[in-house]
Amino acid sequence: MAIGSRALEVAGARGLGRWARAREWWEQEHVFGYGLILPAFVLIACLVAYPFGMAIYFSLSDYWVGSPGSFVGIGNFREILGNEVFRQTVWNSFVFTAIALTAKAVLGVWLALLLARNLKGKRLLRGAVLLPWVIPTALSTLGWWWMFDSLYSVVNWTAIRLGLMTPPGPNWLGMSTYAMAAVITVNVWRGLPFFAITVLAGLVSIPREFYEAAEVDGASAFARFRYVTLPLLKPVLAVVILFSTIFTFNDFNIVYVLTRGGPVNTTHLFATLAYQVGLQGGNLGQGAAISLFMLPMLGLVVFFQLRYIRRE
Amino acid sequence: MITGVRSRGTRLRSTAFAYGNLLPFVFFALFPFYFMVITSFKSNAELYSLKSVPLWIQNGAIVEHYRYLFGRTEFLTWIQNSLIISVTATAISLVISVLAGYSLARLRFRGVGSFGTAVFITYLVPPTLLFLPLSQVVVWLGIADTIWALIVTYPTFLVPFSTWLLMGYFRTIPREIEECALVDGASRMQTLLRIALPMAIPGIVCVILFGFTLTWNEFIYALTFVSQTTNKTAIVGVTADLIRGDIYYWGSLMAGAVLASVPVVACYVFFLDYYVSGLTAGAVKG
Repeated sequence: MAIGSRALEVAGARGLGRWARAREWWEQEHVFGYGLILPAFVLIACLVAYPFGMAIYFSLSDYWVGSPGSFVGIGNFREILGNEVFRQTVWNSFVFTAIALTAKAVLGVWLALLLARNLKGKRLLRGAVLLPWVIPTALSTLGWWWMFDSLYSVVNWTAIRLGLMTPPGPNWLGMSTYAMAAVITVNVWRGLPFFAITVLAGLVSIPREFYEAAEVDGASAFARFRYVTLPLLKPVLAVVILFSTIFTFNDFNIVYVLTRGGPVNTTHLFATLAYQVGLQGGNLGQGAAISLFMLPMLGLVVFFQLRYIRRE
Repeated sequence: MITGVRSRGTRLRSTAFAYGNLLPFVFFALFPFYFMVITSFKSNAELYSLKSVPLWIQNGAIVEHYRYLFGRTEFLTWIQNSLIISVTATAISLVISVLAGYSLARLRFRGVGSFGTAVFITYLVPPTLLFLPLSQVVVWLGIADTIWALIVTYPTFLVPFSTWLLMGYFRTIPREIEECALVDGASRMQTLLRIALPMAIPGIVCVILFGFTLTWNEFIYALTFVSQTTNKTAIVGVTADLIRGDIYYWGSLMAGAVLASVPVVACYVFFLDYYVSGLTAGAVKG
């Protein structure tokens, strides 16, 4: 009995010691730090880094849905570059991104300047302006689709009544130039709030004294904007433009819902073409190769972002 | 005196100028929603008549399209799926990113900087780059065509964003408070849970709101990984399944779009300021 209880005690003490040691080990800053990161690390490694590696592997093989293919080197890339539809997509992507981004930046700064003023109902105005960013894009694009309907378009109806269009007005989604204009309009509509609200946050952080000093010096409203606002806004503006470049360039929802890349592929972007070739067509190898063409753009943006952050 | 009067006049004019300029923006932002809502209440006869005025409801509002949605489609199932997916994915992401965000913002160990950079780069990787390989990964995991495919993959874009956001909040907490707790014998986990976490509540609210909104609104993964009607999310269900063969579907389609937006709009109306701060944190703090 006595021996038994002593043995128990010792075992208990040893157990306690092990527990205390484990605790001590866990309490070390670096162990605790690595421990906390572990779940995020596993997630990113398994579901971001690994799939990314797979995308590269797919692009170098003739992988079809359901049949792992063999290594074909740069065959997919060569085939894609020779493809008329792909070249059209590259052109579309740059036109789409350049126009949408310029419109968002110009209108966004203008809107932010207006919102920054001390107006009555400021909060309500901001709330209203931000709304397009919150609503599910795929659903609001459905609304736009109906607004651009070939027969019952409210845009055409209104423009015709106002004398801006001759009846019946353009078939928005059926003609390539108009379809591109429609897709860009929806993208600007959806992305403008992000620009405006972020630039607004940048504007608010500019000290009032700068403006007062400029006013004392007799600077006009435009001069104040040009020599005070714009230079101080530059860091925020740079970040917003870089962010928006990625998300505009990689847009999928708007084009998929509004035009499916049509008419005759004139609104296809990399993401929608990759979806069509890789999933609907089942050619995962080529689909992956197409989506990897988004990478150089992404790399460029990441590079600028990191350089910028390091400077901070 | 004279200058005072003049400046008041100028100020009045400039205020009128600001409102006048804001008007087109507000109209541009809100008109599509207005049009979606009135479309969902119009009768088919009115919707598809070239003689009616499309800008408002002329022949009385009807709820037929909504009745159709609830009675003859899987709309309620889609809403339920979306709720389960959004809540679960957001909860998982929140736990993971609180841990990672605290570690990256507060603790010193080798590699902390490069891991922070990795999180940031992941934050910039768009889902459109990964959907093809991920569609194969969910097949291998045996969760393709179930809501689990989305619960598992949504944290891939939520965690980087949330971690980045929370790092900013954890950094603002004075280090001394935590050191005091440690000296008083609290374990590191207790310090995190009892000291740091309560002080980062605004950040956590932000993460929950954005997590819910981003997962609810997500489209490409939901479209790609799930094809069975009863497992679809609200967004994909409305976008893909409500479009029937004939052309007379706009009423119910808009009704579905309006109703499926309600949860996020409700969050948005109540927590507007959090949305603004979360939206700007990514860019301004980054």
